[in-house]
Amino acid sequence: MNEYSMPILFGVIIGTLARILMLRTDYRQYPTYLHGKVIHISLGFIAAALGSVAIPAIMELEFTAVTFLTVAATQFREVRNMERNTLTEVDGFELVPRGKTYIEGIAISFESRNYLVIFTSFFSTLTFIVFGMYIALIVATSCLAISMALMSGKRIKDIVEIEHHSLHFKGAGLYVDNIYIMNIGLPERQDEILRYGMGFVLTPKNINIVTTIANLGQRQAILHDVSVTLGVFRDSGTPALTPLIKRDLDDGRIGIFMLPQIRDINKAKKVIGEVPVLENAIRMPSESAFNHRKGDQ
Amino acid sequence: MEIEKVILAVITTNPSAIEGGAPTFICESRKEAEDIAANLEAITDGIAHQLSEDLFIIVKH
Repeated sequence: MNEYSMPILFGVIIGTLARILMLRTDYRQYPTYLHGKVIHISLGFIAAALGSVAIPAIMELEFTAVTFLTVAATQFREVRNMERNTLTEVDGFELVPRGKTYIEGIAISFESRNYLVIFTSFFSTLTFIVFGMYIALIVATSCLAISMALMSGKRIKDIVEIEHHSLHFKGAGLYVDNIYIMNIGLPERQDEILRYGMGFVLTPKNINIVTTIANLGQRQAILHDVSVTLGVFRDSGTPALTPLIKRDLDDGRIGIFMLPQIRDINKAKKVIGEVPVLENAIRMPSESAFNHRKGDQ
Repeated sequence: MEIEKVILAVITTNPSAIEGGAPTFICESRKEAEDIAANLEAITDGIAHQLSEDLFIIVKH
């Protein structure tokens, strides 16, 4: 035991705890099982150890030791690759796939959570050494709170109005409100769709959102989440029963056609509302300089 | 270039409306056309689309 043992131990424990708290099986439905969790808790432990030893290293004037943080960065970028590869491999066998944009979003968050762990451990150890354990506990708790806050992003319900519209056919064309979805030829399929299908229209609240929800990855994410939560009325080899989202070119509204097993309108609205807005789908045309030129605003 | 959508079959009760290309199934009645389209849809994992009252196509998406 030396003067740094306790601070390092403290940092490592807080860091690992942060990783465990951030490792919820949430709307992404991933990771679900122990093996996946063990991998991420172990990596979180390594991240916590790296964050904790940085301060003692500096205090001992071992400045070169800080360069191993770059090793950490490489290591965690590898985590992102690992998640991306696994999820992409598995995605082909989903009845309603997640889509690449969603997978990329999940992979990014796995990487960034490890950095949050490093920072948490770093500040916990720093305050432990400088101010003692009580202050360190306060700082650690606030770091955990900040990590949790950084983890959550916007949800679909924050950016659009969700309305239920019943499905209808004009000839063989399937429509949600006035948005054309697809051509269904067989009358029995049409009956099935009218019986089991549901339609929703999402109306964007401003110009930025029009582009965000038009993103194909964002649309696929909505379909995936809805199908995972409410079930889906389809099987392999029934492409006619594919949930789809199409766009109204006039005003940027999108029409969702879905085939849930639980046909509860309010529940479905809630599920759609809880879908995360994907980082990679967010567009902000209003931030562009061209939209701020004289006389425009 | 990769072709993503292919017309796998044409089912019609009006043979004069189509020519060449995909395998064509000529039917006596609309009922028969629907039955054949339903079967072909299941067999080929395609979707049966209706172009007009007497014309169905099976498309692989």
